[in-house]
Amino acid sequence: MNRRNRELLASPYFIWSVGFTVIPLIVILRYAFTNAGGAFTVENILAIGDSINRKAFLFSLEIALICTLLCILLAYPLVMVVRRLHISRRAFMLFFLILPMWMNFILRLLAWQMILSSNGILNFALQALGLKPLDIANTWTAIIIGVVYDYFPFMMLPIFNAIADIPEDVIEAAKDLGAGPLTVFTRIIFPLSIPGLKSGITIVFVPSMTSFVVADILGGGKLQLIGNIIEQEFTRSSNWNLGSGLSVALMVFVFISMAFTIKDDVVKEDLELVCVEGTEKPGRRKAA
Amino acid sequence: MNRIMRAGLALGLSVVTALSVIGCGNAAGGGKQTLTVFNYSEYLDPDVIDQFTEETGIEIKYEEALTPEDMYTKYKAGAISYDLLCTADYMLARLIQEGEAQPIDISSFENKDNIGERYWEFSRAFDPENKYTVPHFWGTIGILYDTTKVHGEIDSWDVLFNGEYAGDIIMQNSIRDSFMITLKYLGYSLNTTDEAEIRAAYEAMKAQKPDVEAYLVDEARDEVVAGNAAMAVVYSGEAYLGHQYNENLRYTIPKEGSNVWIDSWMVTKNCKNMEAAQKFLDFLCREDIAQKNFEYIYYSTPNEAVIANLSDEERADESLVPNMDAMQNCEVCVMNDEAATELMNELWKELKAN
Amino acid sequence: MKEHLINFICRFYFVLIMIFLYIPIAVMMVLSVNDSRSRVVWGGFTLRWYGQLLTNRQIREALITTIGLAFLSSAIALLIGTAAAFGMHYMNKRRYAVMMGLTNIPMLNADIVTGIALMLWFIRFLPLGFTSVLIAHITFNIPYIILAVLPKIEQMNMSVYEASRDLGATAAYGFFTTILPQLSGGILSGFFMAVTMSMDDFMITYFTKGAGVNTLSTMIYGEIRKGIKPEMYALSTVIFTAVLILLLIVNYAPSARERAQHRELAEREL
Repeated sequence: MNRRNRELLASPYFIWSVGFTVIPLIVILRYAFTNAGGAFTVENILAIGDSINRKAFLFSLEIALICTLLCILLAYPLVMVVRRLHISRRAFMLFFLILPMWMNFILRLLAWQMILSSNGILNFALQALGLKPLDIANTWTAIIIGVVYDYFPFMMLPIFNAIADIPEDVIEAAKDLGAGPLTVFTRIIFPLSIPGLKSGITIVFVPSMTSFVVADILGGGKLQLIGNIIEQEFTRSSNWNLGSGLSVALMVFVFISMAFTIKDDVVKEDLELVCVEGTEKPGRRKAA
Repeated sequence: MNRIMRAGLALGLSVVTALSVIGCGNAAGGGKQTLTVFNYSEYLDPDVIDQFTEETGIEIKYEEALTPEDMYTKYKAGAISYDLLCTADYMLARLIQEGEAQPIDISSFENKDNIGERYWEFSRAFDPENKYTVPHFWGTIGILYDTTKVHGEIDSWDVLFNGEYAGDIIMQNSIRDSFMITLKYLGYSLNTTDEAEIRAAYEAMKAQKPDVEAYLVDEARDEVVAGNAAMAVVYSGEAYLGHQYNENLRYTIPKEGSNVWIDSWMVTKNCKNMEAAQKFLDFLCREDIAQKNFEYIYYSTPNEAVIANLSDEERADESLVPNMDAMQNCEVCVMNDEAATELMNELWKELKAN
Repeated sequence: MKEHLINFICRFYFVLIMIFLYIPIAVMMVLSVNDSRSRVVWGGFTLRWYGQLLTNRQIREALITTIGLAFLSSAIALLIGTAAAFGMHYMNKRRYAVMMGLTNIPMLNADIVTGIALMLWFIRFLPLGFTSVLIAHITFNIPYIILAVLPKIEQMNMSVYEASRDLGATAAYGFFTTILPQLSGGILSGFFMAVTMSMDDFMITYFTKGAGVNTLSTMIYGEIRKGIKPEMYALSTVIFTAVLILLLIVNYAPSARERAQHRELAEREL
């Protein structure tokens, strides 16, 4: 099969995408660029700069950044631990991580509400241990906990996948050649995990900006994400034009920020090199 | 790995097979009369639907929504041709105004007289001639509070705003409800379209925000039951349930007055089978059916026959059968003024942003 | 000594994460045996919610729809998405960027925006029903598959495949024996993510479903106001336990091949 034919494998997806992603997107764009009367306007897009919307947007950005970072910081040690503890049954591990997510989203959030509330399980446990109860319910912290809980497995899985296949020989060889644990991580594990990390960031960062249900249930409805505003415009205010406009603005922002992270060919080729060499001639690259 | 994939594949295939069997089962019943009914979730005993089909042979396609706005969006999109829908007073006002309702021949109902006269009176606020709507459930908005956590009697909205219970208050996370009670607290009509009055309400809510523990919709009752807050603004039906779980809880309609709300049925202009639709509505008014629904939902029913069957204790419960004296200052919400609604929406966003 | 300490820290961290992930599940399980309709009141131990599960037609129908929808949409997304990931791998930078953009759109929009846009599009040619929800779910599932499989493809070692072809294997045989095993981790995790997303979705399902089609998600959302019915906690616990048991069986039972090997060994010894 030549390159051209192989590319065609993506064509069913391309057709599907045009039919069910691009066309609905055009519907949204039409709303975004018109006012209630149907006349062309860019006001709905620019509305992202209004003080209230901008504040909600920046707040969402902050939540999303912190949550993504926390997910990454929690995921890498876990991946390393799993490797170290030789939990060889990888499929089992994957399942174990994702299994909690098979309980409905709302049920999970309500459970967290019960855990964090002032008379909740966490404070009960703390008091039993003779510690001071915490006032986490209906705060920023509760939102962070909820979002991290919901998205952690989606960060963990791609990273885990990316580095689970690194043969132990490669790492052993590196160690034999004098590499410390830190060098092993920065020179082998981390570079190999980058494609997984990118997927993880995409899956975690964007949805966490719009997860308004978490803000409503765990944040006590006192804090407002851009998702809350979009939802309000669509349902309670019935202002689909503004809702679409804000959505499009959000989309543009994410696309611009992603343009910097999308496929970096140099990194990719480098990775392939490491992989191929890694599986066939462990350690050579290191020696060279 | 392969084993898991194979197991997954087998599971997937069996599911597909099961689905296609179900699909065929559904397709088999052609030629029957059907009604497509749109209602709030958990607002009709599912057994009642089965019983209706058994008795009349008319199939019900039942669809649920969370809020009147969700319902309006889906109805207006025309995605599904609904025959009947049950929604809130102000939304009914809007739908009737937009010409979406079909007149119902209520006088032909066998069970018309089960619905008390005063509920038809309430309905006139949005349906002046009583020809488009049939009441389903009704109630008030008030304060549910924990008697062990408050001092003195709670009889005014003031307790929510005077800072005495800072950090112990749960407000409704709903634009309309929050504005309505604040307007009432300030002594205005909850149907006001006056910009100055609406802005005054916003200022009061803004000053109140630091004292509010949370703005919740659905979980407000549970938070008071669990003792996480001293008081919450809730619908009367929720208050009844709250009292069942924690007997220290009381419900009050503040003396400044409140909102009395009615959720009623209407027949849409798309309905082709008026006879079946009326049969369904009449069926809902029947004593045994209304009784079933009441026991399933425990909101205040407009069905006098059911109220007559209540125990004395239940009838004395203000959250179940609101006391008419306490309701003197209460109003039905019918405000559909575009500018005023938009202003409230904007101010609500501002409130949340601070 | 140092090794022991590190091992201990590792185990400790692992257990900590597990507690974080599973504590809400534990709460749910406790609620499923709570003899009170309110989640915040402990009314004693009961199993009656489990009994009522068996007789509740609505829950049964919603369960079948939910599982069917999740697996069917994920399976179709898996086929389309894996093929797409291969195709994208061979694209030049510009086409790749376009495809990646398409992949990101469904993740980018708030669910309500996607839901309403799809509804407005569907009503032009498709009556809302099970099919419309299925299409919607496939649409938002494909990106998860692509994002899980693509990193694996980028790491993949094609030389094994080339070698198998050189040795006379057909393209299909070569694919199934050399490429698929390398991708299985990505495919599997993509599939799990897709199933999870599909089971959890409310907004998109709500706007694209027809009258009478209910998933557990739409049922649960509807129940929040009046309090989640304890039957739902019971059902979640049953699903959870069933999947866990299935997983343990699949994981620890010796495979057919292993059994055959044992038999062979035993026979040889005889």
